[in-house]
Amino acid sequence: MPDAQETLAIAFELNSAPIEATVEPQTPLIDLLRERFGLTGTKRSCDVQVCGACTVLLDGAPVSSCTVPAFEARGRVVLTVEGFAADEGSSPLIEAFVNNAAFQCGFCTPGMLLAAKSLLDADPSPSEEAIKDYMRGNVCRCTGYKKIVEAVHEAAEASR
Amino acid sequence: MRPFRLHEPTTVQEAASALADAGGGAALYAGGTELLLAMKSGLLAYDTLINVKSISGLDAIAADGNSIVIGASATHSAVEHDPLVRDRLPLLSEVEHGVANLRVRNVGTLAGNLCFAEPHSDPATLLLVYEAELDVAGPSGSRRIAVGDLQTGSYETSLGPDELLTAVRVPAFQAGVRAAYSKFGYHHRPTLGIAAALAVEDGVVADARLALGCVSPVARRLSRSEDVLRGERIDALTEGASALREVSRLASEDADAVEDMHGGVDYKEHLVRVFMERTLLRALAKNGGGDA
Ligand SMILES: Cc1cc2nc3c(=O)[nH]c(=O)nc-3n(C[C@H](O)[C@H](O)[C@H](O)COP(=O)(O)OP(=O)(O)OC[C@H]3O[C@@H](n4cnc5c(N)ncnc54)[C@H](O)[C@@H]3O)c2cc1C
Ligand code: FES
Ligand code: FES
Repeated sequence: MPDAQETLAIAFELNSAPIEATVEPQTPLIDLLRERFGLTGTKRSCDVQVCGACTVLLDGAPVSSCTVPAFEARGRVVLTVEGFAADEGSSPLIEAFVNNAAFQCGFCTPGMLLAAKSLLDADPSPSEEAIKDYMRGNVCRCTGYKKIVEAVHEAAEASR
Repeated sequence: MRPFRLHEPTTVQEAASALADAGGGAALYAGGTELLLAMKSGLLAYDTLINVKSISGLDAIAADGNSIVIGASATHSAVEHDPLVRDRLPLLSEVEHGVANLRVRNVGTLAGNLCFAEPHSDPATLLLVYEAELDVAGPSGSRRIAVGDLQTGSYETSLGPDELLTAVRVPAFQAGVRAAYSKFGYHHRPTLGIAAALAVEDGVVADARLALGCVSPVARRLSRSEDVLRGERIDALTEGASALREVSRLASEDADAVEDMHGGVDYKEHLVRVFMERTLLRALAKNGGGDA
Protein backbone atom coordinates (compact mmCIF):
# COMPACT_ATOMS: atom_id res chain seq x y z
CA MET A 1 0.00 0.00 0.00
CA PRO A 2 1.34 3.50 -0.77
CA ASP A 3 2.84 4.99 2.41
CA ALA A 4 1.10 8.37 2.20
CA GLN A 5 -2.19 8.93 0.44
CA GLU A 6 -1.57 10.84 -2.74
CA THR A 7 -3.89 13.73 -3.55
CA LEU A 8 -4.41 15.46 -6.87
CA ALA A 9 -5.43 19.08 -7.34
CA ILE A 10 -7.86 19.29 -10.23
CA ALA A 11 -9.74 22.08 -11.97
CA PHE A 12 -12.70 21.61 -14.26
CA GLU A 13 -16.02 23.11 -15.32
CA LEU A 14 -18.96 21.81 -13.32
CA ASN A 15 -22.46 22.83 -14.43
CA SER A 16 -21.12 25.92 -16.22
CA ALA A 17 -18.97 27.13 -13.30
CA PRO A 18 -15.19 26.74 -13.00
CA ILE A 19 -14.27 24.76 -9.90
CA GLU A 20 -11.19 23.41 -8.15
CA ALA A 21 -10.95 20.37 -5.92
CA THR A 22 -8.47 18.04 -4.30
CA VAL A 23 -9.15 14.35 -4.86
CA GLU A 24 -7.52 11.03 -4.13
CA PRO A 25 -6.79 8.96 -7.27
CA GLN A 26 -9.29 6.26 -6.31
CA THR A 27 -12.19 8.65 -5.64
CA PRO A 28 -14.96 8.02 -8.18
CA LEU A 29 -16.51 11.08 -9.79
CA ILE A 30 -19.89 10.38 -8.16
CA ASP A 31 -18.42 10.76 -4.66
CA LEU A 32 -16.93 14.13 -5.52
CA LEU A 33 -20.26 15.29 -6.97
CA ARG A 34 -22.52 14.01 -4.21
CA GLU A 35 -20.37 14.32 -1.12
CA ARG A 36 -18.20 17.35 -1.81
CA PHE A 37 -20.59 19.39 -3.92
CA GLY A 38 -23.93 18.10 -2.60
CA LEU A 39 -25.14 17.29 -6.12
CA THR A 40 -27.30 14.36 -5.06
CA GLY A 41 -29.28 14.22 -8.31
CA THR A 42 -26.64 11.78 -9.55
CA LYS A 43 -27.66 8.33 -8.26
CA ARG A 44 -25.61 5.27 -7.48
CA SER A 45 -27.31 1.94 -8.04
CA CYS A 46 -25.42 -0.99 -9.62
CA ASP A 47 -21.92 0.53 -9.16
CA VAL A 48 -20.68 -1.56 -12.13
CA GLN A 49 -21.51 0.62 -15.19
CA VAL A 50 -24.63 -1.31 -16.13
CA CYS A 51 -27.67 0.69 -14.98
CA GLY A 52 -26.94 4.31 -15.91
CA ALA A 53 -28.43 5.87 -12.75
CA CYS A 54 -25.06 7.58 -12.21
CA THR A 55 -24.87 8.98 -15.77
CA VAL A 56 -23.23 12.41 -16.10
CA LEU A 57 -21.99 14.09 -19.26
CA LEU A 58 -18.22 14.47 -19.56
CA ASP A 59 -17.44 16.82 -22.44
CA GLY A 60 -21.00 16.12 -23.58
CA ALA A 61 -20.66 12.32 -23.60
CA PRO A 62 -22.46 10.04 -21.12
CA VAL A 63 -20.17 8.23 -18.67
CA SER A 64 -20.75 6.18 -15.51
CA SER A 65 -19.69 8.41 -12.63
CA CYS A 66 -19.80 5.40 -10.27
CA THR A 67 -16.61 4.12 -11.88
CA VAL A 68 -14.90 6.97 -13.73
CA PRO A 69 -12.34 8.47 -11.34
CA ALA A 70 -12.87 12.11 -10.35
CA PHE A 71 -9.40 13.07 -11.63
CA GLU A 72 -10.58 12.27 -15.17
CA ALA A 73 -12.64 15.48 -15.03
CA ARG A 74 -9.41 17.54 -15.08
CA GLY A 75 -9.66 20.33 -17.63
CA ARG A 76 -12.98 19.01 -18.91
CA VAL A 77 -16.66 19.89 -18.72
CA VAL A 78 -19.01 17.98 -16.40
CA LEU A 79 -22.78 18.30 -16.57
CA THR A 80 -25.02 16.77 -13.89
CA VAL A 81 -28.81 16.76 -13.80
CA GLU A 82 -28.73 19.91 -11.64
CA GLY A 83 -26.87 21.82 -14.34
CA PHE A 84 -29.16 20.32 -16.96
CA ALA A 85 -32.28 21.43 -15.06
CA ALA A 86 -30.94 24.97 -14.67
CA ASP A 87 -30.56 25.32 -18.43
CA GLU A 88 -33.59 26.78 -20.25
CA GLY A 89 -32.81 24.66 -23.26
CA SER A 90 -33.71 21.59 -21.21
CA SER A 91 -37.38 22.45 -20.79
CA PRO A 92 -38.65 20.44 -23.81
CA LEU A 93 -37.15 17.24 -22.39
CA ILE A 94 -38.28 17.94 -18.83
CA GLU A 95 -41.81 18.81 -19.95
CA ALA A 96 -42.00 15.78 -22.23
CA PHE A 97 -40.97 13.48 -19.37
CA VAL A 98 -43.71 15.00 -17.19
CA ASN A 99 -46.39 15.00 -19.92
CA ASN A 100 -45.70 11.37 -20.79
CA ALA A 101 -45.30 10.16 -17.19
CA ALA A 102 -41.90 8.86 -18.23
CA PHE A 103 -40.95 8.04 -14.64
CA GLN A 104 -42.46 6.50 -11.56
CA CYS A 105 -39.96 6.24 -8.71
CA GLY A 106 -37.65 8.61 -10.59
CA PHE A 107 -34.39 6.94 -9.62
CA CYS A 108 -33.32 6.39 -13.23
CA THR A 109 -34.61 9.79 -14.40
CA PRO A 110 -31.49 11.96 -13.96
CA GLY A 111 -29.49 9.47 -16.03
CA MET A 112 -32.28 9.11 -18.59
CA LEU A 113 -32.51 12.89 -19.04
CA LEU A 114 -28.77 13.29 -19.51
CA ALA A 115 -28.57 10.38 -21.95
CA ALA A 116 -31.52 11.85 -23.87
CA LYS A 117 -29.90 15.29 -23.93
CA SER A 118 -26.69 13.86 -25.31
CA LEU A 119 -28.65 12.00 -28.00
CA LEU A 120 -30.66 15.07 -29.04
CA ASP A 121 -27.52 17.23 -29.09
CA ALA A 122 -26.02 14.81 -31.63
CA ASP A 123 -29.23 13.94 -33.51
CA PRO A 124 -32.11 16.44 -33.09
CA SER A 125 -34.68 14.18 -34.77
CA PRO A 126 -33.84 10.57 -33.93
CA SER A 127 -35.99 7.68 -35.11
CA GLU A 128 -37.62 5.41 -32.52
CA GLU A 129 -34.94 2.83 -33.30
CA ALA A 130 -32.18 5.38 -32.73
CA ILE A 131 -33.69 6.40 -29.37
CA LYS A 132 -33.92 2.79 -28.22
CA ASP A 133 -30.42 2.04 -29.41
CA TYR A 134 -28.88 5.10 -27.76
CA MET A 135 -30.69 4.69 -24.45
CA ARG A 136 -30.40 0.92 -24.14
CA GLY A 137 -27.68 1.22 -21.49
CA ASN A 138 -29.98 3.15 -19.14
CA VAL A 139 -32.10 0.79 -17.08
CA CYS A 140 -35.55 1.63 -15.70
CA ARG A 141 -37.28 -0.80 -13.34
CA CYS A 142 -40.63 1.01 -13.32
CA THR A 143 -41.88 2.41 -16.60
CA GLY A 144 -41.33 -0.35 -19.14
CA TYR A 145 -39.45 2.18 -21.34
CA LYS A 146 -42.30 2.92 -23.77
CA LYS A 147 -43.12 6.24 -22.14
CA ILE A 148 -39.47 7.21 -21.96
CA VAL A 149 -39.03 6.60 -25.69
CA GLU A 150 -42.21 8.57 -26.38
CA ALA A 151 -41.03 11.45 -24.18
CA VAL A 152 -37.69 11.71 -25.99
CA HIS A 153 -39.51 11.61 -29.32
CA GLU A 154 -41.93 14.34 -28.19
CA ALA A 155 -39.08 16.54 -26.90
CA ALA A 156 -37.36 16.23 -30.26
CA GLU A 157 -40.56 17.30 -32.04
CA ALA A 158 -41.10 20.19 -29.61
CA SER A 159 -37.57 21.52 -30.16
CA ARG A 160 -37.99 21.66 -33.90
CA MET B 1 -11.40 0.83 -2.99
CA ARG B 2 -7.88 0.51 -1.61
CA PRO B 3 -5.90 3.71 -2.25
CA PHE B 4 -3.50 3.77 -5.17
CA ARG B 5 -1.05 6.20 -6.67
CA LEU B 6 -1.39 7.53 -10.18
CA HIS B 7 1.61 7.56 -12.48
CA GLU B 8 1.27 9.54 -15.68
CA PRO B 9 4.06 8.82 -18.15
CA THR B 10 4.21 10.82 -21.36
CA THR B 11 6.16 8.26 -23.42
CA VAL B 12 5.87 4.53 -24.07
CA GLN B 13 9.43 4.05 -22.79
CA GLU B 14 8.60 5.76 -19.52
CA ALA B 15 5.51 3.57 -19.09
CA ALA B 16 7.50 0.38 -19.76
CA SER B 17 10.22 1.42 -17.29
CA ALA B 18 7.61 2.24 -14.67
CA LEU B 19 6.08 -1.23 -15.13
CA ALA B 20 9.51 -2.85 -14.85
CA ASP B 21 10.43 -0.83 -11.74
CA ALA B 22 7.15 -1.65 -10.00
CA GLY B 23 7.76 -5.39 -10.26
CA GLY B 24 4.09 -6.36 -10.28
CA GLY B 25 2.88 -3.63 -7.92
CA ALA B 26 1.57 -1.52 -10.80
CA ALA B 27 -0.98 -1.99 -13.56
CA LEU B 28 -1.67 -0.14 -16.76
CA TYR B 29 -4.87 1.88 -16.61
CA ALA B 30 -6.68 2.99 -19.78
CA GLY B 31 -10.45 3.43 -19.41
CA GLY B 32 -10.54 1.49 -16.16
CA THR B 33 -13.88 -0.06 -17.10
CA GLU B 34 -12.53 -3.52 -16.17
CA LEU B 35 -9.61 -2.69 -13.93
CA LEU B 36 -11.49 -0.39 -11.56
CA LEU B 37 -14.38 -2.86 -11.21
CA ALA B 38 -11.91 -5.59 -10.25
CA MET B 39 -10.23 -3.20 -7.79
CA LYS B 40 -13.55 -2.03 -6.32
CA SER B 41 -14.54 -5.60 -5.62
CA GLY B 42 -11.13 -6.36 -4.10
CA LEU B 43 -10.32 -8.96 -6.76
CA LEU B 44 -7.20 -7.02 -7.77
CA ALA B 45 -5.08 -4.54 -5.82
CA TYR B 46 -2.24 -2.36 -7.06
CA ASP B 47 -0.16 0.32 -5.36
CA THR B 48 0.14 2.27 -8.60
CA LEU B 49 -1.88 2.69 -11.77
CA ILE B 50 0.01 3.81 -14.86
CA ASN B 51 -2.21 5.95 -17.05
CA VAL B 52 -1.93 4.87 -20.69
CA LYS B 53 -3.91 7.97 -21.76
CA SER B 54 -1.18 10.37 -20.63
CA ILE B 55 1.21 8.92 -23.25
CA SER B 56 1.13 11.41 -26.08
CA GLY B 57 -0.16 10.29 -29.46
CA LEU B 58 -1.59 6.94 -28.35
CA ASP B 59 -5.16 8.02 -29.06
CA ALA B 60 -4.43 8.40 -32.79
CA ILE B 61 -6.21 6.41 -35.49
CA ALA B 62 -4.36 6.61 -38.82
CA ALA B 63 -3.88 4.79 -42.11
CA ASP B 64 -0.63 2.95 -42.84
CA GLY B 65 -0.82 1.47 -46.32
CA ASN B 66 -3.74 -0.94 -46.39
CA SER B 67 -4.03 -0.99 -42.58
CA ILE B 68 -5.69 1.26 -40.07
CA VAL B 69 -3.51 1.71 -36.99
CA ILE B 70 -5.54 2.22 -33.81
CA GLY B 71 -3.60 3.63 -30.85
CA ALA B 72 -3.94 1.95 -27.46
CA SER B 73 -5.88 4.76 -25.83
CA ALA B 74 -8.55 5.00 -28.55
CA THR B 75 -11.94 4.28 -26.99
CA HIS B 76 -14.54 1.97 -28.50
CA SER B 77 -16.59 5.09 -29.37
CA ALA B 78 -13.60 6.76 -31.05
CA VAL B 79 -13.01 3.64 -33.16
CA GLU B 80 -16.69 3.27 -34.01
CA HIS B 81 -17.04 6.86 -35.25
CA ASP B 82 -13.63 7.34 -36.84
CA PRO B 83 -14.09 8.26 -40.54
CA LEU B 84 -11.24 6.01 -41.70
CA VAL B 85 -12.61 3.05 -39.76
CA ARG B 86 -16.13 3.63 -41.09
CA ASP B 87 -14.84 3.87 -44.62
CA ARG B 88 -12.24 1.07 -44.69
CA LEU B 89 -13.33 -1.20 -41.82
CA PRO B 90 -17.11 -0.78 -41.68
CA LEU B 91 -17.62 -4.15 -39.96
CA LEU B 92 -15.25 -3.13 -37.15
CA SER B 93 -17.25 0.09 -36.71
CA GLU B 94 -20.49 -1.93 -36.58
CA VAL B 95 -19.09 -4.41 -34.05
CA GLU B 96 -17.66 -1.64 -31.85
CA HIS B 97 -21.13 -0.10 -31.75
CA GLY B 98 -22.45 -3.36 -30.32
CA VAL B 99 -19.88 -3.56 -27.50
CA ALA B 100 -21.22 -2.99 -23.98
CA ASN B 101 -23.24 0.19 -23.48
CA LEU B 102 -22.61 3.76 -24.57
CA ARG B 103 -20.99 4.83 -21.29
CA VAL B 104 -18.54 1.92 -21.35
CA ARG B 105 -17.76 2.59 -25.02
CA ASN B 106 -17.10 6.27 -24.28
CA VAL B 107 -14.43 5.36 -21.74
CA GLY B 108 -13.19 1.82 -22.42
CA THR B 109 -10.53 1.20 -25.03
CA LEU B 110 -10.15 -1.44 -27.73
CA ALA B 111 -6.64 -2.21 -26.43
CA GLY B 112 -7.91 -2.57 -22.85
CA ASN B 113 -10.56 -5.01 -24.07
CA LEU B 114 -7.91 -7.19 -25.73
CA CYS B 115 -5.39 -6.96 -22.87
CA PHE B 116 -7.92 -7.84 -20.18
CA ALA B 117 -8.33 -11.14 -22.07
CA GLU B 118 -11.83 -11.76 -20.77
CA PRO B 119 -13.07 -14.75 -22.79
CA HIS B 120 -16.30 -12.99 -23.85
CA SER B 121 -14.92 -10.32 -26.19
CA ASP B 122 -16.39 -9.18 -29.51
CA PRO B 123 -13.27 -7.49 -30.93
CA ALA B 124 -10.95 -10.37 -29.96
CA THR B 125 -13.10 -12.63 -32.17
CA LEU B 126 -13.66 -10.20 -35.03
CA LEU B 127 -10.00 -9.14 -35.32
CA LEU B 128 -9.03 -12.76 -36.05
CA VAL B 129 -10.75 -12.60 -39.43
CA TYR B 130 -9.18 -9.22 -40.19
CA GLU B 131 -5.82 -10.89 -39.36
CA ALA B 132 -4.96 -7.86 -37.26
CA GLU B 133 -1.54 -7.37 -35.71
CA LEU B 134 -0.53 -5.78 -32.43
CA ASP B 135 2.40 -3.51 -31.66
CA VAL B 136 3.85 -4.35 -28.27
CA ALA B 137 6.52 -2.25 -26.55
CA GLY B 138 8.82 -3.00 -23.63
CA PRO B 139 11.88 -1.36 -22.06
CA SER B 140 14.17 -2.88 -24.69
CA GLY B 141 12.15 -2.12 -27.82
CA SER B 142 9.03 -3.17 -29.63
CA ARG B 143 7.70 -6.22 -31.45
CA ARG B 144 4.71 -7.06 -33.61
CA ILE B 145 2.50 -10.08 -32.99
CA ALA B 146 -0.59 -11.58 -34.59
CA VAL B 147 -3.75 -10.72 -32.67
CA GLY B 148 -4.30 -14.46 -32.14
CA ASP B 149 -1.00 -14.70 -30.26
CA LEU B 150 -2.02 -12.23 -27.55
CA GLN B 151 -4.46 -14.21 -25.46
CA THR B 152 -3.17 -17.42 -23.90
CA GLY B 153 -6.10 -18.20 -21.60
CA SER B 154 -8.86 -16.72 -19.47
CA TYR B 155 -7.51 -13.32 -18.36
CA GLU B 156 -4.02 -14.38 -19.55
CA THR B 157 -1.87 -12.86 -22.27
CA SER B 158 1.58 -13.36 -23.72
CA LEU B 159 2.62 -9.81 -22.74
CA GLY B 160 5.65 -9.60 -20.47
CA PRO B 161 5.19 -7.90 -17.08
CA ASP B 162 6.94 -4.78 -18.41
CA GLU B 163 5.26 -4.70 -21.83
CA LEU B 164 2.33 -2.70 -23.11
CA LEU B 165 0.20 -2.83 -26.20
CA THR B 166 0.69 0.39 -28.15
CA ALA B 167 -1.40 -0.12 -31.29
CA VAL B 168 -3.83 -2.45 -33.06
CA ARG B 169 -3.14 -2.70 -36.80
CA VAL B 170 -6.14 -3.78 -38.84
CA PRO B 171 -5.75 -4.47 -42.58
CA ALA B 172 -8.85 -3.73 -44.65
CA PHE B 173 -10.39 -6.70 -46.43
CA GLN B 174 -9.58 -6.95 -50.11
CA ALA B 175 -12.26 -5.89 -52.59
CA GLY B 176 -15.02 -8.47 -53.02
CA VAL B 177 -14.88 -9.80 -49.47
CA ARG B 178 -18.29 -10.36 -47.88
CA ALA B 179 -18.12 -10.28 -44.11
CA ALA B 180 -20.48 -10.43 -41.15
CA TYR B 181 -20.35 -10.72 -37.37
CA SER B 182 -23.00 -12.20 -35.07
CA LYS B 183 -23.23 -11.97 -31.32
CA PHE B 184 -25.75 -13.56 -29.01
CA GLY B 185 -26.38 -13.48 -25.30
CA TYR B 186 -28.44 -12.27 -22.38
CA HIS B 187 -25.60 -11.22 -20.09
CA HIS B 188 -23.64 -7.97 -20.24
CA ARG B 189 -20.96 -9.65 -22.26
CA PRO B 190 -21.69 -11.88 -25.27
CA THR B 191 -22.27 -15.63 -24.89
CA LEU B 192 -21.20 -16.23 -28.46
CA GLY B 193 -19.43 -14.31 -31.22
CA ILE B 194 -18.90 -15.49 -34.78
CA ALA B 195 -17.06 -13.63 -37.53
CA ALA B 196 -17.00 -14.64 -41.18
CA ALA B 197 -15.15 -13.08 -44.13
CA LEU B 198 -15.54 -14.69 -47.54
CA ALA B 199 -13.55 -13.68 -50.60
CA VAL B 200 -15.76 -14.40 -53.60
CA GLU B 201 -14.38 -14.64 -57.14
CA ASP B 202 -16.50 -15.58 -60.16
CA GLY B 203 -19.27 -16.84 -57.88
CA VAL B 204 -16.92 -19.14 -55.98
CA VAL B 205 -15.57 -18.84 -52.44
CA ALA B 206 -11.89 -18.20 -53.14
CA ASP B 207 -10.95 -17.76 -49.50
CA ALA B 208 -12.74 -18.08 -46.19
CA ARG B 209 -11.88 -16.80 -42.74
CA LEU B 210 -14.06 -17.88 -39.83
CA ALA B 211 -13.58 -17.08 -36.16
CA LEU B 212 -15.47 -18.19 -33.09
CA GLY B 213 -15.28 -16.58 -29.66
CA CYS B 214 -16.81 -16.42 -26.18
CA VAL B 215 -17.84 -20.11 -25.94
CA SER B 216 -14.33 -21.12 -24.85
CA PRO B 217 -11.55 -19.25 -23.00
CA VAL B 218 -9.77 -18.07 -26.16
CA ALA B 219 -11.28 -17.07 -29.53
CA ARG B 220 -10.09 -19.17 -32.46
CA ARG B 221 -10.06 -19.52 -36.24
CA LEU B 222 -11.97 -22.55 -37.57
CA SER B 223 -9.66 -24.00 -40.21
CA ARG B 224 -11.63 -27.20 -40.92
CA SER B 225 -14.79 -25.17 -41.54
CA GLU B 226 -12.86 -22.71 -43.70
CA ASP B 227 -11.52 -25.60 -45.81
CA VAL B 228 -15.05 -26.85 -46.53
CA LEU B 229 -16.11 -23.43 -47.80
CA ARG B 230 -13.16 -22.84 -50.13
CA GLY B 231 -14.15 -23.68 -53.71
CA GLU B 232 -17.89 -23.80 -52.99
CA ARG B 233 -20.16 -22.04 -55.48
CA ILE B 234 -22.01 -19.33 -53.60
CA ASP B 235 -25.34 -19.87 -55.37
CA ALA B 236 -25.39 -23.36 -53.82
CA LEU B 237 -24.84 -21.97 -50.33
CA THR B 238 -28.48 -21.40 -49.45
CA GLU B 239 -30.35 -22.05 -46.21
CA GLY B 240 -29.95 -25.67 -45.18
CA ALA B 241 -27.33 -26.46 -47.89
CA SER B 242 -25.30 -29.52 -46.99
CA ALA B 243 -22.01 -27.60 -47.16
CA LEU B 244 -23.33 -25.05 -44.64
CA ARG B 245 -24.51 -27.89 -42.38
CA GLU B 246 -21.07 -29.44 -42.57
CA VAL B 247 -19.31 -26.13 -41.84
CA SER B 248 -21.56 -25.60 -38.82
CA ARG B 249 -21.10 -29.15 -37.54
CA LEU B 250 -17.30 -28.88 -37.76
CA ALA B 251 -17.42 -25.48 -36.07
CA SER B 252 -19.31 -26.86 -33.08
CA GLU B 253 -16.86 -29.80 -32.88
CA ASP B 254 -13.85 -27.48 -32.99
CA ALA B 255 -15.34 -25.00 -30.53
CA ASP B 256 -13.97 -26.70 -27.41
CA ALA B 257 -16.91 -25.08 -25.66
CA VAL B 258 -16.71 -24.91 -21.88
CA GLU B 259 -19.47 -24.55 -19.32
CA ASP B 260 -19.65 -21.19 -17.55
CA MET B 261 -22.29 -18.77 -16.27
CA HIS B 262 -23.43 -18.29 -19.88
CA GLY B 263 -24.45 -21.95 -20.25
CA GLY B 264 -23.43 -25.57 -20.67
CA VAL B 265 -21.45 -27.24 -23.44
CA ASP B 266 -24.44 -28.69 -25.35
CA TYR B 267 -26.20 -25.34 -25.34
CA LYS B 268 -23.15 -23.52 -26.66
CA GLU B 269 -22.51 -26.12 -29.36
CA HIS B 270 -26.11 -25.71 -30.47
CA LEU B 271 -25.68 -21.93 -30.60
CA VAL B 272 -22.53 -22.35 -32.68
CA ARG B 273 -24.36 -24.52 -35.26
CA VAL B 274 -27.32 -22.14 -35.52
CA PHE B 275 -25.30 -18.92 -35.64
CA MET B 276 -22.58 -20.22 -37.95
CA GLU B 277 -25.12 -20.88 -40.69
CA ARG B 278 -26.91 -17.57 -40.08
CA THR B 279 -23.65 -15.59 -40.10
CA LEU B 280 -22.55 -17.16 -43.38
CA LEU B 281 -25.93 -16.44 -44.97
CA ARG B 282 -25.75 -12.83 -43.79
CA ALA B 283 -22.23 -12.44 -45.18
CA LEU B 284 -23.21 -13.99 -48.50
CA ALA B 285 -26.27 -11.72 -48.77
CA LYS B 286 -23.92 -8.71 -48.95
CA ASN B 287 -23.59 -9.27 -52.66
CA GLY B 288 -22.61 -5.69 -53.33
CA GLY B 289 -19.25 -6.59 -51.84
CA GLY B 290 -17.75 -4.63 -48.97
CA ASP B 291 -17.61 -5.80 -45.45
CA ALA B 292 -20.66 -4.36 -43.71
C1 LIG C 1 -21.09 -3.44 -18.49
C2 LIG C 1 -20.06 -3.91 -19.45
C3 LIG C 1 -20.43 -4.52 -20.63
C4 LIG C 1 -19.47 -4.99 -21.54
N1 LIG C 1 -19.90 -5.56 -22.69
C5 LIG C 1 -18.97 -5.99 -23.59
C6 LIG C 1 -19.37 -6.57 -24.82
O1 LIG C 1 -20.56 -6.67 -25.14
N2 LIG C 1 -18.41 -7.01 -25.67
C7 LIG C 1 -17.08 -6.88 -25.38
O2 LIG C 1 -16.24 -7.26 -26.18
N3 LIG C 1 -16.66 -6.30 -24.23
C8 LIG C 1 -17.59 -5.86 -23.34
N4 LIG C 1 -17.17 -5.26 -22.17
C9 LIG C 1 -15.73 -5.08 -21.95
C10 LIG C 1 -15.22 -3.70 -22.39
O3 LIG C 1 -15.00 -3.72 -23.77
C11 LIG C 1 -13.95 -3.44 -21.65
O4 LIG C 1 -14.35 -3.17 -20.34
C12 LIG C 1 -13.11 -2.29 -22.12
O5 LIG C 1 -12.82 -2.30 -23.48
C13 LIG C 1 -11.78 -2.32 -21.38
O6 LIG C 1 -11.00 -1.20 -21.77
P1 LIG C 1 -10.42 -0.18 -20.68
O7 LIG C 1 -9.68 0.84 -21.45
O8 LIG C 1 -11.48 0.28 -19.78
O9 LIG C 1 -9.42 -1.16 -19.91
P2 LIG C 1 -8.87 -1.06 -18.41
O10 LIG C 1 -9.93 -1.47 -17.46
O11 LIG C 1 -8.20 0.24 -18.19
O12 LIG C 1 -7.79 -2.20 -18.50
C14 LIG C 1 -8.15 -3.55 -18.70
C15 LIG C 1 -6.91 -4.44 -18.58
O13 LIG C 1 -6.01 -4.22 -19.65
C16 LIG C 1 -4.76 -3.74 -19.19
N5 LIG C 1 -4.34 -2.73 -20.16
C17 LIG C 1 -5.02 -1.60 -20.51
N6 LIG C 1 -4.37 -0.96 -21.51
C18 LIG C 1 -3.27 -1.71 -21.80
C19 LIG C 1 -2.22 -1.59 -22.76
N7 LIG C 1 -2.15 -0.56 -23.62
N8 LIG C 1 -1.27 -2.56 -22.79
C20 LIG C 1 -1.32 -3.61 -21.93
N9 LIG C 1 -2.28 -3.78 -21.01
C21 LIG C 1 -3.26 -2.83 -20.95
C22 LIG C 1 -5.01 -3.22 -17.80
O14 LIG C 1 -3.85 -3.30 -16.98
C23 LIG C 1 -6.10 -4.17 -17.31
O15 LIG C 1 -5.56 -5.39 -16.88
C24 LIG C 1 -18.11 -4.82 -21.25
C25 LIG C 1 -17.71 -4.19 -20.06
C26 LIG C 1 -18.66 -3.74 -19.16
C27 LIG C 1 -18.21 -3.07 -17.90
S1 FES D 1 -24.45 3.09 -10.67
FE1 FES D 1 -23.12 3.59 -12.29
S2 FES D 1 -23.96 2.52 -13.95
FE2 FES D 1 -25.14 1.79 -12.28
S1 FES E 1 -38.79 5.37 -12.82
FE1 FES E 1 -38.19 3.94 -11.33
S2 FES E 1 -36.40 3.11 -12.20
FE2 FES E 1 -37.14 4.33 -13.79
